[in-house]
Amino acid sequence: MVPIKIAVASGKGGTGKTMVATSLAVCLAEIHSVQILDCDVEAPDTHLFLKPTITENQPATLLLPQIDEYLCTTCGICVDNCVYHALAKAGDKILVFPQLCHGCGSCQLLCPEKAITEMPREIGQINLGETDSGIRFGMGELTISEPMGTPIIHQLKKYSDEAREFIILDSPPGASCSVVATLYNTDYVLLVTEPTPFGLHDLKQMIGVLSVLDIPGGVIINRDGIGDNQVENFLTGTPYPILMRIPFHAEIAQGLARGQVLVDFSPNYSEQFNMLYENIINIVEHRRLLPQS
Amino acid sequence: MIITISSQNNSLESAPSLRFGRAPYFIKYNLSDDTWEALQNAAVNERGGAGIAASQFIIDNESNAALSGHFGPNAARVLSQAGIKMISFDETYQTVQSVIDAYKENLLNEVSF
Repeated sequence: MVPIKIAVASGKGGTGKTMVATSLAVCLAEIHSVQILDCDVEAPDTHLFLKPTITENQPATLLLPQIDEYLCTTCGICVDNCVYHALAKAGDKILVFPQLCHGCGSCQLLCPEKAITEMPREIGQINLGETDSGIRFGMGELTISEPMGTPIIHQLKKYSDEAREFIILDSPPGASCSVVATLYNTDYVLLVTEPTPFGLHDLKQMIGVLSVLDIPGGVIINRDGIGDNQVENFLTGTPYPILMRIPFHAEIAQGLARGQVLVDFSPNYSEQFNMLYENIINIVEHRRLLPQS
Repeated sequence: MIITISSQNNSLESAPSLRFGRAPYFIKYNLSDDTWEALQNAAVNERGGAGIAASQFIIDNESNAALSGHFGPNAARVLSQAGIKMISFDETYQTVQSVIDAYKENLLNEVSF
């Protein structure tokens, strides 16, 4: 059995991704085996709600070229081929800029003198563990001042537990590389938005990403009751249904501020999340039966 | 002696660019015979590393000095390693020609890092 992988994304930050991801994980875990991966490596916060016991800690690394100055003839082939401009040829020296390097390895492959070796450079951490209720937990954490989160997300996803029935991925905000890295190879994406022009603007970007990646998705409107009807109007006629509405209530904000999971302090949401995931199971299983195009 | 000035456009009458890495043009000017040419900066639309790419461009064009409003730390590292002088000007200069004149009269300061 292949796990069903559900990513929770938003576009706009602060719309309630972690609230949804943690509630979904807790509801699923009542009868299913679940893993949650916090891919928001610039500001991971899932652990604040699920309070897992961390049992394993791994450095997240990126390969950085090291140039042997005795072998290097400063021919500049590495510089010409580095699309990220992480290398420069100045005088009789090749300069390396670690924070621009994506670790692609082109320079090492192309060096005619074999003067380049790659050394792992630590850019963050991966923490693994389990919650009291048996949810397997993983999170990536980017070191402060490091500019690139995607390599950590790729490494974190290698810890996907394929023996679990469900894997929930809590995505970073935005609609750029780190979000694509999170969503890639998932089966379904829950888009959490708020009914405001900003929420709508970023929701449209996310729907653009989903259509390119060809992943089905649905929308949860959080802070329902504020703003306007533009999100609803926009979604009418798209293949992205509104699956749930969570009202703008002080009790919800207070519960989350205490570090509690929504369905733990407001159990009436459990039923809605149960219906939500049953719905997702149906969609994903139906898609898996379709012939691959 | 060849100097290169970051510029908004492709002539001596163009406004100089205070930004180095993302300047649209570089004016390469030969002080010994007052000949010059305008070079398009390929790094202007780079997503990252524009300062490094622009510095490499200055090096490859065999300039002795780079003149701009501001040099970022990465550009400064490349240019200083290559022994290229970094000279800064401010927003009071309206044309590339006026920057060149000021340089000839020793009115501009060399940047040190």
